[in-house]
Amino acid sequence: MPQRPLSPHLGVYRMYRYSVLSSITNRMTGLGLSIGLVILVYWLMAVASGTAAYERALGVLSSPLFKLIYGVLFFTFSYHLVAGVRHLIWDTGHGLERAQSQRSAWLLGAVSVLLTIGFIYWAFCPGAHQS
Amino acid sequence: MSLRSPLGKVLGRGSAKEGVHHWWVQRLTSVALVPLTVWFVVSLLTLPSLDHVAVLSWMAHSWTALFLILFILVATWHSQLGVRVVVEDYIHGGAKTLTLVALTFIHAVLAAAGVFAVLKVAFGGAA
Repeated sequence: MPQRPLSPHLGVYRMYRYSVLSSITNRMTGLGLSIGLVILVYWLMAVASGTAAYERALGVLSSPLFKLIYGVLFFTFSYHLVAGVRHLIWDTGHGLERAQSQRSAWLLGAVSVLLTIGFIYWAFCPGAHQS
Repeated sequence: MSLRSPLGKVLGRGSAKEGVHHWWVQRLTSVALVPLTVWFVVSLLTLPSLDHVAVLSWMAHSWTALFLILFILVATWHSQLGVRVVVEDYIHGGAKTLTLVALTFIHAVLAAAGVFAVLKVAFGGAA
């Protein structure tokens, strides 16, 4: 290939900006949710495999490790949901100005953390069913 | 070595006619997943119990089974599209193709297993 001028690459962006961080986090939470799908299908197959098999699977799925995973999944779900809606709003051509996207990035962080806390409280608070 | 320019090689071959298909389906599935995922998470959190009888009676309900199947299909599709872009960005060469093939197969298995499990319960095969 001949030497040609390159279009602006990662070096020209200020990577510490939260709006850039919000984009890569959306990717990582998406990957996390893909792993969550594996757990979901394992659970569904266990439900379909009869009571004894389900009780065995529930023993695995209610271990402390999995409770930690559910906590993380509540965050990945909340974040990816809000960030996805933000992307859909962007696709309509709104909110793309720099100041607007900075503001919505912070809003995204705040709303997803609040949602996560709500989900975790709902799932694990006393009186909730054993997850 | 060919003397034809890269541009000359592609001119006249036409487009692949795929254009924005990946982009569009990613958006379409994301719109569908907003209500489906919220419904699923809230349903799980409001189940009276997670023992087998309670889960079976929830899942055997026709509307529950229908929306669960939709949720599984749309979620695995959306996941496949998203994971594919990440692989294309960070993995190159033969490893990229292998990874994409493996991930496509894994997503197909997840979708088929999820739908199979829900149908088995819905038709009373898991009691």
